[in-house]
Amino acid sequence: MKRHLSIAAVVLTSFFGIRIQAAPATQPADAEWTMPLKNYQGTRYSELDQIKIDNAKSLQVAWTFSTGVNRGQEAAPIVVGKTMYVVTPFPNILYALDLEKAAKKENPKKWQYEPKPEAAAQGVACCDLVNRGCIYDNGFIYFNTLDVQTCCVNAETGKEVWKVKLGSINTGESITMAPLVVKGKVYVGDSGGEFGVRGWLKCLDAKSGATLWTAYSTGPDDDVRIGPRFKPYYDFMKGKDQGVTSWPGEKWKIGGGTVWGWVTYDPESNLIFYGTSNPGSWNAELRPGDNKFSSTVFARDADTGEAVWAYQYNPHDLFDHDEINEHIILDLKVDGPDKPARKVIVHPGRNGFMYIIDRNTGQVLSATPYINQNAAKGVDLKSGRLIPNPEMEPKVGKTIRNIYPASPGAKDWQPCAYSPRTGYLYVPHQNLACDFESVETSYIEGTPYVGANEKMYAGPDDPANMGFFDCWDLINKKVVWRLKEKFPCWSGALVTGGDVVFFGTMDGRFRCVNAHDGSSLWEIQTGSGIIGQPTTYLGPDGKQYVAVLSGVGGWAGAVVAGDLDIRDPTGALGFVNAMKDLPKATQKGGTLYVFALP
Amino acid sequence: MKRLALVILVIAPIVISESCKREERAYRIQPPDAEVADAVPVTSFQVGPSTQAATMPSNPYENNAYALTEGQRLFNAMNCVGCHFHGGGGIGPPLMDSTWIYGGEPAQIFDTIIRGRPNGMPSFRNHLQDSQAWMIVAYVRSLSGNANPNAAPGRDDNMNGPIPPASIKKQPATQSSQPPSTVMPS
Ligand code: HEC
Repeated sequence: MKRHLSIAAVVLTSFFGIRIQAAPATQPADAEWTMPLKNYQGTRYSELDQIKIDNAKSLQVAWTFSTGVNRGQEAAPIVVGKTMYVVTPFPNILYALDLEKAAKKENPKKWQYEPKPEAAAQGVACCDLVNRGCIYDNGFIYFNTLDVQTCCVNAETGKEVWKVKLGSINTGESITMAPLVVKGKVYVGDSGGEFGVRGWLKCLDAKSGATLWTAYSTGPDDDVRIGPRFKPYYDFMKGKDQGVTSWPGEKWKIGGGTVWGWVTYDPESNLIFYGTSNPGSWNAELRPGDNKFSSTVFARDADTGEAVWAYQYNPHDLFDHDEINEHIILDLKVDGPDKPARKVIVHPGRNGFMYIIDRNTGQVLSATPYINQNAAKGVDLKSGRLIPNPEMEPKVGKTIRNIYPASPGAKDWQPCAYSPRTGYLYVPHQNLACDFESVETSYIEGTPYVGANEKMYAGPDDPANMGFFDCWDLINKKVVWRLKEKFPCWSGALVTGGDVVFFGTMDGRFRCVNAHDGSSLWEIQTGSGIIGQPTTYLGPDGKQYVAVLSGVGGWAGAVVAGDLDIRDPTGALGFVNAMKDLPKATQKGGTLYVFALP
Repeated sequence: MKRLALVILVIAPIVISESCKREERAYRIQPPDAEVADAVPVTSFQVGPSTQAATMPSNPYENNAYALTEGQRLFNAMNCVGCHFHGGGGIGPPLMDSTWIYGGEPAQIFDTIIRGRPNGMPSFRNHLQDSQAWMIVAYVRSLSGNANPNAAPGRDDNMNGPIPPASIKKQPATQSSQPPSTVMPS
């Protein structure tokens, strides 16, 4: 543990060293929150400890701000110096908020930047019009728009520095992810796994926006940036041009494998890690083969984009089990307390397994179910392959009932938090099963390429609660405690040096619990369901604040955000069936809430 | 005996075609001209005295089971289902309720399909013949109980979708009071 902490400290200081000119040198560590996952490693942990177990019960609203957009708010409020940055769902407005004015109860708006995305982009957003946030680096704010653009804005003035178009909505492409910026390089990936797009990750020059390289998830090795350095751990990942040969005909061109989740970075090995989405179409009979490299984690050289290793979680995915969830970079004593810590990535899989993978080799050290599941029979650690469950394999014209986890998986995009103090991972996730029917479909550019009807409901772990918030012990591979919510826990998690954990619920509550035992310390009802990512920072007054966006939506909340009709259980890819009660429990919204102690 | 057979042979087709008008094949039915859609009003709110036609053209396919079934097939084949699902909506708005952004009259729906709509409804102009579009219009209207219930599809194609169009209660169209999606705050 000590070793891990010291590495983290080196990384943090070197990272914050970049911007120290801008802020007073006296500012304590972790005063800011500059990217959605907090740091390159993706821990969502802040050392701040003013708010702690004994005093959290006194938390109260410090100030609020309306985003003016009533759609699912999945973004993280970012704080740099005396300014907070918030990006809204489509039409992706970027606000800069003055924290000093906010503290004085004045309107905090400094400026707003409007990228004005094409209205038609709303037709290619599979699951509400979300945006997962912006990132600050070296004086600039970077974020993506639904209509496939990346913007760079001067953090001080709000003036556009560059805006580049990376794809076209006419092919079904969009962007919802938050970019990562490392050493002058911006990493951006596309969305559109439900539209038969071809997934990619692009690396842009932070100064100009020019594309330095593109790494496709499917296609010939050159396109995937697989070359001499590619050394996957498992045999099934080896072989020439698997991005072509594991597909029938030219299907790889519409094969999905989009990159709409999280990118993390390990400064020590100079590798980036990210997962790819489901293959297109959902109807798996149309694409016999492993469908590489969908549902795969890539480790790439951060500078050149060369693939160093890759591991496919779900070969020939059957259930829309994207694996875009975060890969948290940790050093963990998984081999025993007396053995040196292993350099790993931790990935809470959508398929229901908690993966711990050696980040330098791609070897799966463990894959432990963290929820009941029958979609697969397990993971063969020798071959590395997921062991399919033939009984659950969808076939055209047949409805398979009671598959779990359902398509959104045991956990979706909502990021975990890891506390180096408790050594636990805090996992917001869901408990969903489904009926799944494959149907014929044909590819029409710009329209969904799905070929399946689905209907979701609560999974067998608890028929009354679809939301689980777990404290997971990574070393002993078990749940330490679990909180349950009626609706999926679709918000990100935050854990702090005060040993308190924050998350929101889809019925609009923002909760603070004890990081050790999960006991409830405080909660407040906000204006709408929460699916955003809480962050924490020190205000200009030296006080600790906690910020979160309230505004229901996303895939899980589409029934409210999109005014869907609850009589059709297949609505929103089958999520409506599970969320029939949500319109009674909450309403649309789009408000930033900031909390503090009195 | 021979004479009786002859009589049956002559009469039967007449009887069948009369009793099964709902099964009439589509090519005998004349859907409205595509041009009528051009005259379709988008709003009933007009400055000055109203000059709008009192009635909008009806769509004869709404009484024809073959056309409605074909409309349902096309709704799936054209991937309308991927955005609107079985009427409850997802990416696009629900089509089984009484709320219409661009109007629920057949000609208005025809217009929506052929021309597209700004907030993400693609134009199918180059993908559908007019007669096919009118069949889809009939099916879309059946989702809110606005087609002839005796002709509407009696079962939905999917595993366990909403109640089938033939038994859905008629929902008279109302104009939406909600903007279709987020509007840019200024
Ligand atoms: C790519 C997704 C997509 C596809 C495919 C699609 N739609 Fe839409 N549809 C939308 C969206 C988004 C809207 C809302 C448009 C707006 O508000 O401007 C819409 C609007 C509509 C409306 C207007 C509803 C109202 O309240 O006025 C109708 C009718 C409709 N679609 C029918 C269809 C039919 C029929 C098809 C297939 C031929 C189809 N749609 C295919 C996304 C789609």
